[in-house]
Amino acid sequence: MLVVEKNALSEEIESYVNKYGNDRSALLMILHEIQKKHRHISEFAQQEVARLLNIHPVEVFSVISFFAFLNSNPKGRNLVRICQTISCDMKGKSGLVKAIERELGIEMGGTTKDNKFTVEYANCLGLCDMGPAMAINDQVFLQLTPEKAVELLGKVK
Amino acid sequence: METIKKKRTGPVIFSEYKRGDAITKALSMTREDILFELKDSKLKGRGGAGFPTSTKWMLTAAAKSNEKFLVCNADEGEPGTFKDRVLLMEYPELVFDGMVVGGYTIGAQKGIVYLRGEYEYLLKPLEDYLEVMRKDNLLGKNILGKKDFSFEIEVFLGSGAYVCGEETALIESLEGHRGEPRNRPPYPINTGYLGRPTSVNNVETLAAVSHIVMKGGSWFAKFGTDKSSGSKLFSVSGDCEKPGVYELPWGIKISELLEIVGAKNTKAVQIGGASGHCVPKSQFNRTMAYEDVATGGSVMVFNESRDMLHVLKNFMEFFVDESCGQCTPCRMGNVKLLEGVEMIEKGEYTFAHINKLKDLGRTMQLASKCGLGQSSPNPFISILDNFKDEIFNAANGGRNGK
Ligand SMILES: Cc1cc2nc3c(=O)[nH]c(=O)nc-3n(C[C@H](O)[C@H](O)[C@H](O)COP(=O)(O)O)c2cc1C
Ligand code: SF4
Ligand code: FES
Repeated sequence: MLVVEKNALSEEIESYVNKYGNDRSALLMILHEIQKKHRHISEFAQQEVARLLNIHPVEVFSVISFFAFLNSNPKGRNLVRICQTISCDMKGKSGLVKAIERELGIEMGGTTKDNKFTVEYANCLGLCDMGPAMAINDQVFLQLTPEKAVELLGKVK
Repeated sequence: METIKKKRTGPVIFSEYKRGDAITKALSMTREDILFELKDSKLKGRGGAGFPTSTKWMLTAAAKSNEKFLVCNADEGEPGTFKDRVLLMEYPELVFDGMVVGGYTIGAQKGIVYLRGEYEYLLKPLEDYLEVMRKDNLLGKNILGKKDFSFEIEVFLGSGAYVCGEETALIESLEGHRGEPRNRPPYPINTGYLGRPTSVNNVETLAAVSHIVMKGGSWFAKFGTDKSSGSKLFSVSGDCEKPGVYELPWGIKISELLEIVGAKNTKAVQIGGASGHCVPKSQFNRTMAYEDVATGGSVMVFNESRDMLHVLKNFMEFFVDESCGQCTPCRMGNVKLLEGVEMIEKGEYTFAHINKLKDLGRTMQLASKCGLGQSSPNPFISILDNFKDEIFNAANGGRNGK
């Protein structure tokens, strides 16, 4: 990481701390913001958060490792999550999965070579009456067919 | 995401309500009067555990502290449940007014909505809604001119962990820790968020409170059964013509519900989500109520074409994924149960081993630290028992013969 990048990230994290406070109870919201913007929380970011909240970096890592939506290793620029739980499963989840794997040339859990997509399974998204459901970043899509799912990925920048 | 407000109807939750009304009325009542109405209503928590709301609020109100919290549990992670999403999207006035009433009743200064990360798209609309409440003085300092009552609400976003719906895990994660359940006691009502008295209430419970304040406890208790008063929102999915959220009185028969949602050739319904119970056709005359088949509202319908072992495997994979790993019965037990399902799938099992696993399941129900591990063996035991003909004894020798 370049020094300028580091400085920018530090400033960014400081702005989150200003917004949510420097109490430990602000931790998850701060991590959430970093995750959202950078798609991961780098070691440097973890150290900065720890410094500003006055806790040990390992504490920050331990929280990140607990939550499915937080990760310390980089992922693709867009995160695709397909609901694997039974109601969506019954409505044709595996069709979506196969089509997307074929189209992107990766398996579930993988990231495309151009770093554009990471595809993962998710547990019930709370959209079971309109499955199969899929999320692309923080947007959700419902009642998908394999064709429609692939088409949606095509529209992502 | 479809955001058009559907016109829903129902006896209680989906009945007429004007935003702000419950706040205005509650602030003209004493805290004791509100607690009396709640007691009359016999409202029980809609998050699954079914604890009487009046008792919870009375205890939190009685706890001595100059700082208290009210948490709205919108973590809704139980597979097959989506009624809280509908409430938050279409009826935020019911939920937030219920929170303000709760804050007033227990003497809290702050309300926190714990919104599951999967519902991030609701964050902005909810925050906008809260802003309008602030403008109208339904939130903030001296609400509607009431001296000594100030209350704020903020929304906190979860990060994809089912176990954080458990109230002490939820509090851990609010405090910036791993979402691992705590030992109880102490209970949140006296040692909750930041060590302060905290009432954690489900979204639907709070929505019910707004109606009870307006129409009275005895009105509410007229619906449903004696032990299960009021109505319930059921989230219906799976093999039926009209999946969605239905408001129905407690005590409705499973067969009646199946008819309403247009379910045909139904073999089984999973009631209460992955951690609930699988009810076979022969028991469809049972009723949904705390005294019979209790549920947080998830109803998943399976028709004759479904492979129940596949259903069970899906549930066990869910629990292996979502166990927080803090205690051994749940961390190891769910893995063992899933392995058992895979053995059956491959036809590489013995009945002796399956019986041992059922024993293990019963041990988990007793020895696990929180509700996740205590209930995750439910589908394992109920599906293998109720569908043993399909799974073990089919004409071809069941899985053994495959
Ligand atoms: C693993 C687990 C997950 C839970 N998830 C939720 C949930 O998503 N929403 C909820 O309201 N309660 C959930 N609960 C129940 C809560 O611990 C708590 O009982 C409830 O929020 C209390 O609110 P109520 O009295 O209004 O039902 C869960 C419990 C367990 C053990
Ligand atoms: S029962 Fe499971 S989820 Fe609950 S504390 Fe134990 S390991 Fe964690
Ligand atoms: S099962 Fe897929 S959203 Fe609930």
